[in-house]
Order: sequence, then C-alpha cells, then structure tokens
Amino acid sequence: MATHHEQDFNTTTEVPKPQTKAIWRTFIILVALTAVEFIFAFTMEASTVRNSIFIILTIFKAFYIVGEFMHLKHESKVLIWSILLPMALVTWLMVALIAEGSYYFESITNYFK
Amino acid sequence: MSTSTTLEAPNTGTWDGGNEPLKASYGKLMMWFFLLSDAFTFGAFLIVYGLSRHSNLAYTGKAEDFTFSTEWWPIPEKVFNAFPGLHGMDLPLAFVALMTMILILSSVTMVLAVEAGHRMDKNDVQKWLLWTILFGATFLGCQAWEWSHFIAGDGVGLQLADGTTIMGANLTMNQYGPPLFADLFFFITGFHGTHVFTGWIMLVMIFINTVNGVYHKRGHYEMVEKVGLYWHFVDLVWVFVFTFFYLI
Repeated sequence: MATHHEQDFNTTTEVPKPQTKAIWRTFIILVALTAVEFIFAFTMEASTVRNSIFIILTIFKAFYIVGEFMHLKHESKVLIWSILLPMALVTWLMVALIAEGSYYFESITNYFK
Repeated sequence: MSTSTTLEAPNTGTWDGGNEPLKASYGKLMMWFFLLSDAFTFGAFLIVYGLSRHSNLAYTGKAEDFTFSTEWWPIPEKVFNAFPGLHGMDLPLAFVALMTMILILSSVTMVLAVEAGHRMDKNDVQKWLLWTILFGATFLGCQAWEWSHFIAGDGVGLQLADGTTIMGANLTMNQYGPPLFADLFFFITGFHGTHVFTGWIMLVMIFINTVNGVYHKRGHYEMVEKVGLYWHFVDLVWVFVFTFFYLI
C-alpha cells in the first residue's frame, strides 16, 4: 500500500453525530448504586442482611458493566451463555468454600469441648 | 507474494473463514474467553478471602470499641480510613470511594472512545482515549499511596503482650489482624493493580496507533473495542473487590 495517498481525515469524510445518551445513563446508574452501597455501609449495623444487600447491588452493577459497557447483552445468545454458565460454577465454588471455612472454624474452636 | 497475514480480500465462504459462529470476530471472541479465565483467577482470590475470613474469629463487640488484634479479623472500614493530606482523621472508605469513582469514570470514557471508533471519528477516539489514560494513571497513583500507607502503618501500631510492637504490614505479620488479612490485601489488590497497569500500557499503545492513523487506514477501530473489553473487565473486578474486601 505504498502508493496509498495520505488523506486528510478531518475534511474528506463526514462524521456522524455521537450517540452517547445510553452510555451516560449507565454511568448514572452505576454511580447511584455505589452511593446506595455507601448509605447502607454507614447507616446499618453489619449483619447478614446488610451483606446480602451489598452482594445484590454488586450483581446489579456487574450486570450493567458487562451488559452495556462490554456489550454482552447485545451479543448472540450462545456467546452470552458461554460466559454466564462457567461463572455460575464459580458461584457454586464460593458457596462451598465459604461453608467449608465456617466448618473449619467450628472444628478448631470446639475441638477440646 | 508478501509474507504478511493480511488478506487481500476477506474470505466469504462458510468453510474458509467467512463464517462467524458466535457473530463476533475472532479477536473479540478470544478476548472474551481470556477474560473468562481471568474471572476464574480473581474469583479464586476472592473465594479464598471468604474462606480465610470464615476460618478466623470474627469481631463480635461494638464497632466503636473495635481495636486491632491478631486474634480476630479486622473491620475493613477501620483499616481503610485514611485520606492523603488529611493526616490523623477518621474517614472510613472515603479514599476507596474516590478510587471507585475514578475507575467507573475511566470505563465511561473508554465506552465513548469505542463509540467514536464506530463512527470513524479519529479526533473523538483520541480525546476519549486520552481521558481514559489519565484516569487509569490516577487510579494507579491512588493505589501506590494506599499500598505505602498500608505497609508503613498508622498510629502507634499494635502492642503485643510480650512488649513488642507491630507497625504496618508485611507478608508475615501486620498491625491490622491475622497475617492472612494483609497477605490477601497484597495479592488481591496487587493482582488487580497489575491488570490496571497492563491495560494502561495497551491504552497508550492504541492511542499512539490512533494518532498515527493506523486504524483509520485499516478501516475500523476494532482494536479499541478489544482493549475496551479488557479495561471494562478491570473495572468489573474492582466492583467485586470493593464489595468483598472493603464493604463486607
């Protein structure tokens, strides 16, 4: 392509207008969800309920980042499932190993009782 | 016959590369699968954090009476309560909030760069990539401060029964809690920081390419999209680190 003529990008081609409304909307949602997390962090005593609220809000944030920013929501169904299904197995690993951690703590605490 | 792998014309036949099984280009697909493997790695880190936390004694007293001890797992907002330039003030999670905002903003500017690439708007791609590079560098700077503060320690340190004092943190002991607490802080935030750093290097590379008109000559800005996927993933991981390490 040595003979290719260098063109002036700014004048030769007509550039369409940006479509950024949905992007900023997603940004507002993410900021709002983070703000809600902070409100709960400072107004509620630490508990299982509070942790559940944090995790649910986090899943919502992840949904918007992966779905909108990474565009996964608009990809083919096969691609969506090939990403989501393995992550479901990771979720299972989390449940299993956290239960395992609790069991370990119980064992060493009550070993001589 | 050139040795370059660039095709003179794209293949269109079903069996010679003209077919995209998942309606996504080869490059984007492979980036997705790499990110899936990366999600396993970070998932493993965070799961080990949960496992370790549940294997250790939890602090059960009142939050205002909380003191650091190697006996129980610390309350994160009592550990991460410092802010650069505001020495000695108790500002729980304020700095982490700032870092979170910076990274979400950098994600937004990245999407805007991708959007500009779809419109073949070279100037806009440059502008938004530059913003992303700026926010990325700021985040890395924040992390450097956080690490040095965590390592150096705060206040009088932790007084042990034998009269010795633990100040700050390393891999064998720390003033905040059990050794694993600091270990996992270093590994999880360090691994995330490494991802931010490598992503930042890639951003600089594609910025230079954009300025030189490489993508414009190619006729598409897909490379910006692929680096974008990586960059959003880094933001995504931070959302989870933020929840599981700092909030819970």
